[in-house]
Amino acid sequence: MEQVRLTIDGKEVVTTSDRTILEAAREAGVRVPSLCYEERMDPYGACRICLVEVEGARGLLPACYTKVTDGMVVRTATEDLARIRRTILELILSDHPKDCMTCESAGDCELQDLAYEYGVKETSYKGEEHHYEVLADNPLIERDYDKCILCGRCIRICREVQGVGVYDFVNRGFESVPGIPYGKPMTESPCEFCGQCVSTCPTGAIISIPSKGKGRSWQVEKVRTTCPYCGCGCQLDLHVRDGEIIEVSSPVMVGPGEGNLCVKGRYGYGFVHHPDRLTQPLVRKGGKGGELVPATWEEALGAVAGHIRKAMDEGGPDSVAFLASARCTNEENYLMQKLARAVVGTNNVDHCARL
Amino acid sequence: MTNSIDDLEKADCILVIGSNTTEGHPIIGLRIKRAVMKNGCRLIVAEPRHIRLCYYAGQWIRQKPGTDVALLNGMMNVILSEGLADEDFIRERTEGFEEFRKTVEQYPPERAAEICGVEAEEIRRAARTFASAESAAIVYAMGITQHTTGVDNVLSLANLAMLTGNLGKEGAGVNPLRGQNNVQGACDMGGLPNVFTGYQPVSDPKVREKFEAAWGVDYLPGNPGLTLTEMTDAAHRGDVKVLYIMGENPVISDPDIRHLKEALERVEFLVVQDIFLTETAAYADVVLPSASFAEKEGTFTNTDRRVQRVRKAVEPPGEAREDSWIIAQVAARLGYDMGYISAEKVMEEIASLTPSYGGISYQRLEKEGELRWPCPDAEHPGTPILHVGKFTRGKGLFSAVEYKPPAEEPDEEYPFILTTGRLLAHYHTGSMTRRVEPLNELVPRNRVWINPADAERLGVADGDEVGLQSRRGAIKLEAKVTRKVSEGVVFVPFHFGESPANALTNSALDPVAKIPELKVAAVRVLAGEDAKGVTYDMA
Repeated sequence: MEQVRLTIDGKEVVTTSDRTILEAAREAGVRVPSLCYEERMDPYGACRICLVEVEGARGLLPACYTKVTDGMVVRTATEDLARIRRTILELILSDHPKDCMTCESAGDCELQDLAYEYGVKETSYKGEEHHYEVLADNPLIERDYDKCILCGRCIRICREVQGVGVYDFVNRGFESVPGIPYGKPMTESPCEFCGQCVSTCPTGAIISIPSKGKGRSWQVEKVRTTCPYCGCGCQLDLHVRDGEIIEVSSPVMVGPGEGNLCVKGRYGYGFVHHPDRLTQPLVRKGGKGGELVPATWEEALGAVAGHIRKAMDEGGPDSVAFLASARCTNEENYLMQKLARAVVGTNNVDHCARL
Repeated sequence: MTNSIDDLEKADCILVIGSNTTEGHPIIGLRIKRAVMKNGCRLIVAEPRHIRLCYYAGQWIRQKPGTDVALLNGMMNVILSEGLADEDFIRERTEGFEEFRKTVEQYPPERAAEICGVEAEEIRRAARTFASAESAAIVYAMGITQHTTGVDNVLSLANLAMLTGNLGKEGAGVNPLRGQNNVQGACDMGGLPNVFTGYQPVSDPKVREKFEAAWGVDYLPGNPGLTLTEMTDAAHRGDVKVLYIMGENPVISDPDIRHLKEALERVEFLVVQDIFLTETAAYADVVLPSASFAEKEGTFTNTDRRVQRVRKAVEPPGEAREDSWIIAQVAARLGYDMGYISAEKVMEEIASLTPSYGGISYQRLEKEGELRWPCPDAEHPGTPILHVGKFTRGKGLFSAVEYKPPAEEPDEEYPFILTTGRLLAHYHTGSMTRRVEPLNELVPRNRVWINPADAERLGVADGDEVGLQSRRGAIKLEAKVTRKVSEGVVFVPFHFGESPANALTNSALDPVAKIPELKVAAVRVLAGEDAKGVTYDMA
C-alpha cells in the first residue's frame, strides 16, 4: 500500500493505493452517485451510475471498482456523465412504479434522490412493466419486486456479510429477481431475519413490516443509543415519531456491528411500548397471601426504606441483600452498590453475571 | 475479552468452545463467519450441539457436555509432545509451567478422547491447527463457565493461549462473550460482593478509606458479601430479611426454581424494580416501575470493554421512573443524600474513583463514540488489547487443572444429559422478546431437542408433547426431533416461563466462582401416557 496523489474534479487528493476512485472522492468531499455500492460489501460494478471520466483511459470507468493510481486525473461531474446517468435512470424507471406518494421508502430512497438530482421525471423507454405480487410470507420482511432495481445488494449482504445466502438472482433477463430458491417463503429458508437486506436495499423493494405506514424518514427523530440485548454493544438509531419508536436501524461502519444488527436488535423494540409495562408502584396489601395493589411513590418508597431500616436495626446490615442488574446502566449499577455499601453498610450486592 | 471484536477478523485460527455465537452473540458470530469466508481463518468448533457455526468450521468436535478440561488438556498434551508450544513466550512471560506440564502429561489424546466421547485423532488435529496458526483466538461463553468446573475450564483456556503465545497480540486472546448488554459494566461498577468499582477489593483497607472519604461515611464493611446463589440460601434460612432486586428475573434465570421460589416466599420483604411484572416481581411485597433503556441516559460496557452511550429517546410510561432516581429516593429515606443525580455526574464520580475508567467522560464519549477500558486518564486512547508485553499480574500463571466430572451424571433413573441455552429470536428470561409480537410469532413456544434414535426408542415423534423430569422438578413441552443433539443429550432453551428449563437444572456451584452448573443436569424423558400427568406450576 503506497501513497498516491490524484486530481478529482480539479481537487488535489492524497490517499493510499488500496482505495477506489469512489472512496477517494468521498473522502475528499466529492459526491459520486452510486446505487449498487455500499460500504459493508465488496464493490460490484453493476449499476454504472458511478461511471467517471479518467484522463487517458479507454471509455468511462466505474468509480466503485477502479483503484486509484498516482497522477490520475478524474472528472466526476461532466455534462456527458450527467447525460449517461440520466439514461441509466430512465432505463431503471422504465420498469419501476411511480408510487413515491405511498412508497414506504420515499425520502429514504437512493433511486428517488438520483431521479430528483438528475431531473428524470418521465422515461423515454416505454415498454413492458412487471406487476409482481407483494410477498409478505413472514412477520418481518416484505418484498416487492416491482421496485427492485437488480443492484444485488440484498444478495451480496446476505452472502458476504451475514454469511447465509438466502437470496440469489432467479430467472433470466427481464424476468430476473433476487429470489429465494424454489420460491419458498422466508420462514422456510435459512433466513435469520437480521434485516440486513432491508438496511441496504436502495429502494422500497425490501422493507420492514412492523414499520409500515408508521412514519416517513423526515418525520422521525433518530436517537443514537446502545442495544439492550446481548453483550455485543451494537449501536442503534431509534427512529422516534410522536413519542413512539417506530423503527430501529444501525449507523453503517459505526460501533461493533458496523451497521449490522440481528433480529433482536433490529426488531426487538416492541416491548418498550407494550401495554404490560408497569406504570405505577405496587404494594402488597394483607401480608404474604395478599394482593399487589397500586400505590403512590411516597407509600412504596416509604415501605421499602422502612423495611430496610427495620432489618438493619434487628438483624444488622447483612440481613439486607441487593441484586444490581446486567440490564441497567453503569451509572445505575454504581448507585445500587453505593446504596448497599455506603447507605446500608453491607457488601451483599451481586447480579446475574453467573447466569 | 482480552482482545476486541474487530480483532477477530485478524485471527488465523479461532477456537469457539461453549458458545453458540450466531444465536447468543449474532454480530460477533457474523465477524467469525467473515473471518472464515474472507480471510481464510481456520475455525474449530468444540460444542456438544450442532450449531450454525459448524457449517463454517473446518473442524467440529462434539465433546460430551462437561468434559472441556479433558479436551483442552488432551490438545495441550499433543502441543507439548509434538513440540508446537511457544517456548519463548512460556519462558519470558509465564510461570508455573512445570507443574502444569506434569498434569497435562497425564492426558494423552487417547485418554482425553475417551472422556470426551470423541476420537483421539480429532484432538490431535485441533491441537495442530490451533498451535500452528500465526495468531489464534479463543472465543467462549456460558458453555464454558456454567459448570461446577467453570473456573477450571477458563483456566484451561488461559493455559492453551499461553502455551501457544496467543495473548497480548492481534487476532488472538482469550475472549469470553458476555451474555447481557451490560453484564461487563455491572461487574466493572462493583455490582459484586467482593469488589468496589474497577475490581478494587473491599478487603483492602486503603481502597475502603478512599471510598469512605468520597462517599462521606465513617465505615465501609471489609468482609465480602453474599453471591446471588448464596443470597437465595440465606433467604431460605431467614438470614436475609430484605431482598432488593433491580432489573433481574431469577425465577426464570436461576437454577432449581423450586428452591428459589421458596426463598422468595420466605424472605420477609422482597422489593422488585423492573419494567414488567415479571415472574419474580409477582413474589414482591413492593414493585417499583422503572424506565427502559430507551427512556434514560447512561452508558453500557459491552463484552470487549467498550463503554458506549445510552440515550433517552422516549418518555417512560405513566409514573415509571429511572432506576437512578428510585435508588436515590430510597437512599434519601435512609438518611443519605446522593445529591443531584444526572448520569453524566455519576460517571464523573465513577471516573474519579475507578482507575480503569479514569479517562472516561460523557464529553469524550460524545466526540469519540466509544472508549475501551483501561482508560486511566483524559488523554488515554483506551485499550483494545489487554496484556500486551506484560500481564496485569506480571507473569502469566499456568494452572495445573485436573478433569472432574459434572456434579450430576446420567444414571438409570435419569438417563439423559440436559443442556440449556439461547435461541436467536429470544433473549434471556423472555420478559422483553416474548412481548415483541413478530419475534414471538417466529418462535412461539418452547421445544426440547432430542436425537432421532432416542426419540424412536421412546416412541416420540416430532411435535409430540413430552415431559422432562429431573430430581428438582418437571416441565411439559413439545419435542423437536433433530440430529443437532447427540444420543443421550437433550437441549432446552431457557426463555420460556411456561416451561422453564431451570425447573430442571442443578444448583450445584463452582467452588470458586459460585456459578451454577446450568449446562449439565440428569433428566428423564416422559413420552405418551407418561407425559400427560406432567405439569409445571407457574405460581
